[in-house]
Amino acid sequence: MVPDASNETLPETLLEIRDLTVTFASRFGEQTAIENIDMDVRRGEIVGLVGESGAGKSTIGAAINGLLPGTGRITGGTVTLSGERLDRLSEASLHRLRGDRISMIFQDPQTSLNPLMRIGEQLIETIRQHRDCREEEARSLAIALLEDTGIADAATRMSAWPHQFSGGMRQRVVIALALCTEPELIIADEPTTALDLAIQKQILALIRRLADERQVGIILITHDIGVIAEISDRVVVLRHGQVKERGVTARVLGQPDDPYTRSLMAAVPRMDRKLERFLGIVEAVDTDAAATRRGPSARVPSRAAGKPLWRVSGASATAASDWLLGESSERSAVHDPILSLRHVDVIFDASPGYLFGLGRRHGVRALDDVSFDVAAGSVLGLVGESGSGKSTLAKTITGLVTPARGALLFDGQVLPSGRARSRSHPSRRRIQMVFQDPYSSLNERHSVESILIEPLREYDLAGTRAARRRLAASVLELVGLPQRALLSYPHQFSGGQRQRIAVARALLARPELLVADEPTSALDVSVQAQILNLLKELQSTFGLSMLFISHNLAVVRQMADRIVVLKRGECVEYGDSEAFFASPASPYGRELLSETPSLALLDAVPRR
Amino acid sequence: MSTLLERLRRLGTENEFLYLFLHSRLAMIAATVAVLGMGAAVLAPLIAPFDPYDIGSVDILDSLVPPGWTDGGDARFLLGTDDQGRDLWSAILYGTRLSLVVGLSAIVFASVLGVTLGLLAGYLGGRLDAVIMRIADVQLALPAILTALLVDGIARGLLPRDTHDELMLVVLTVAIGLSLWVNFARTARASTFVERQKEYVQAAEVMGVHPLRILLVHILPNILGPLLVILTIDLAVAVLLEATLSFLGVGVPPNQPSLGTLIRTGTEYLFSGEWWIVLFPSLTLVVLIVAVNVLGDFLRDVFDPRLR
Repeated sequence: MVPDASNETLPETLLEIRDLTVTFASRFGEQTAIENIDMDVRRGEIVGLVGESGAGKSTIGAAINGLLPGTGRITGGTVTLSGERLDRLSEASLHRLRGDRISMIFQDPQTSLNPLMRIGEQLIETIRQHRDCREEEARSLAIALLEDTGIADAATRMSAWPHQFSGGMRQRVVIALALCTEPELIIADEPTTALDLAIQKQILALIRRLADERQVGIILITHDIGVIAEISDRVVVLRHGQVKERGVTARVLGQPDDPYTRSLMAAVPRMDRKLERFLGIVEAVDTDAAATRRGPSARVPSRAAGKPLWRVSGASATAASDWLLGESSERSAVHDPILSLRHVDVIFDASPGYLFGLGRRHGVRALDDVSFDVAAGSVLGLVGESGSGKSTLAKTITGLVTPARGALLFDGQVLPSGRARSRSHPSRRRIQMVFQDPYSSLNERHSVESILIEPLREYDLAGTRAARRRLAASVLELVGLPQRALLSYPHQFSGGQRQRIAVARALLARPELLVADEPTSALDVSVQAQILNLLKELQSTFGLSMLFISHNLAVVRQMADRIVVLKRGECVEYGDSEAFFASPASPYGRELLSETPSLALLDAVPRR
Repeated sequence: MSTLLERLRRLGTENEFLYLFLHSRLAMIAATVAVLGMGAAVLAPLIAPFDPYDIGSVDILDSLVPPGWTDGGDARFLLGTDDQGRDLWSAILYGTRLSLVVGLSAIVFASVLGVTLGLLAGYLGGRLDAVIMRIADVQLALPAILTALLVDGIARGLLPRDTHDELMLVVLTVAIGLSLWVNFARTARASTFVERQKEYVQAAEVMGVHPLRILLVHILPNILGPLLVILTIDLAVAVLLEATLSFLGVGVPPNQPSLGTLIRTGTEYLFSGEWWIVLFPSLTLVVLIVAVNVLGDFLRDVFDPRLR
């Protein structure tokens, strides 16, 4: 396959990868991580490398600069940087090459800087490692670089410590560090994933500008289609270590040829429109991810897999919905709104002082006068950047955090908060939560069955053991997992499947209000689309009321009927979701909308 | 034998733990030694040619007989006899038994105490945590032997003379247990602290699950790994402590053979040429402790992904 058709006036090719294959040796034999990869990067060009977890994105990056972890090695193909073969270099010459000609930008700016060295020292040290110059020369170069990456007052900031910078500023320093040696190629591995939207936008603009001005070739590794759409020139779509599609970004994202790319695009939530359901998603993606994520040991044949069609007698998805709907007669009497917050303040780490005001602390105000209602049977979307108090709000509602002021009303009754809410309070059952990280929200030592039975046992919803098992199996089927999953343990499932189990656990309490705290932010796009579909399905079938929390505006738009926007603990926007996306009332809302990467180029995607 | 090994190997490709075990020669040897040692101790009454507790079978004329294969040795006494004419081989078997019983019960006592306090401190935090951990710090400042001597001294003072000998083993167990609980408490607290932040614990809390159930059913199984490792390593320490205390004369009553009392009697004869009395019990102790330690090390490597 010819990388690109329009080859006339393009700059010279900087990096050329041909037929690259990387394998990892394990005790189960050789595992091929990436296979026959072809890829080119030209000067001044940003090539996006996109794919879901386990696709081999980072392996390609590591193979280029010889940093393959563990037993990984290149078993075929060539990597050529401006005519020099890299795959055959010795460790010593690779070491020279790294930093000198190829730089890396990592995901987490917290850990890629040495916290015990001043910014200036780190820059000067790196410059002098690679270039023979005096300290003053290196210093002025470092200052120039910092200025170039958008750090104001660079000369005085040179003597600052990494912790004195914010996340975005720190990533700028990391980029300056990567530029120190005037590399020809920069590999940026998820450079903006840890950052907030506003900062992401700035950093992406910076990367784009550097590519244009300095004519550096950049490989941008990311799972975020939005980021790719925003700045990359060309894109390579990977799946299971193979190239699925490549080409000019607008073409690949807008009119994908490959069925996988097409389904990937269909799964990306769009901020500019609300979809009833995500259609045309590859269901198999989810199951495969489990094996690759856990590495070789996950390939051990699981015992549960050996049992064909294990079923609990009398258990079925229909039985589950009958059971869940059996309660709807009660639910019709539910007060509307089901949940109201009135002037809620949460202050952390405040202390009234112990002696004449000694030791008095004012604390951090996490929520400031927040009021809103969740209408019965509807979805309220809660949006905000990191640190805006989203999770605190969820914890306040579920009784893990005590507000300093304000009241919560649930179903028309005052909801005791924090420790005042007894363990046997009826709201414990009626409000359930789905957590962000399905890898930590399920107890690894418990079987899926005992995880699912916990709410039934706790709220005494089913009399006998057999009845509990039947309900657990039924609800499991309802959320789209086979009944035999009951016998397995959480580590045998992928992230998406685990999140389904978490949803099943919440459903088994027969909740009336579901609090979903970033339920999809730890998942791949196609899996995210499946979970969102599931939540929508359950919500509409059972008339669940839901508080859906996310930092991702596009995701919230797909889910929410009404929306609340939090900014540093304050509610800046509260109203109809569609109206908000059409024209936000507050300046902050407008800002948020403009910062989310536009996916306008996807408009040509044929939708079914 | 070879088919058994093959079957184990095949199983080993499915079970990570078994795989690592079967590929570590050192761990396998250590496990064999430990199992043999414990087996011999348990079966002592069946294996041992003499019963060292049966005074009737002991003849003072047989005292200080050198090992069977040396000049002047007696075929009846494989490893020779001690100063009272007891068969050393039998005494070592019974002694290992006693040492292991004391060591094991001390470690059970220490782990139950330590894990309970550690779980509570880690989960509830706050003042309780501060109090428990400060007590642990104080405990750590006292050498284990000193704690044991202290407990022993107090018990001697409080208990009437005649019951003292009977309760000696219990006192010894408590003394050793008290000096070893801190490790368990610290590890349990640290792991609980980490687990408590995880969402599955929050999920249980939101659900209104009883705190005791959260601790025992949800958290405890997740922190067992590191605790198991300490258990094996501290088992060796406990056996060693028993030997030390008995050697110092505050442990097992001298008429009962434990590895410590045997070594203590042995040292008195070391310079008069009766080397066997001290050598064989010491060798047993060393081999046993090295085996258990190696096993503990292996477990730590298996359970701690950072060390792999």
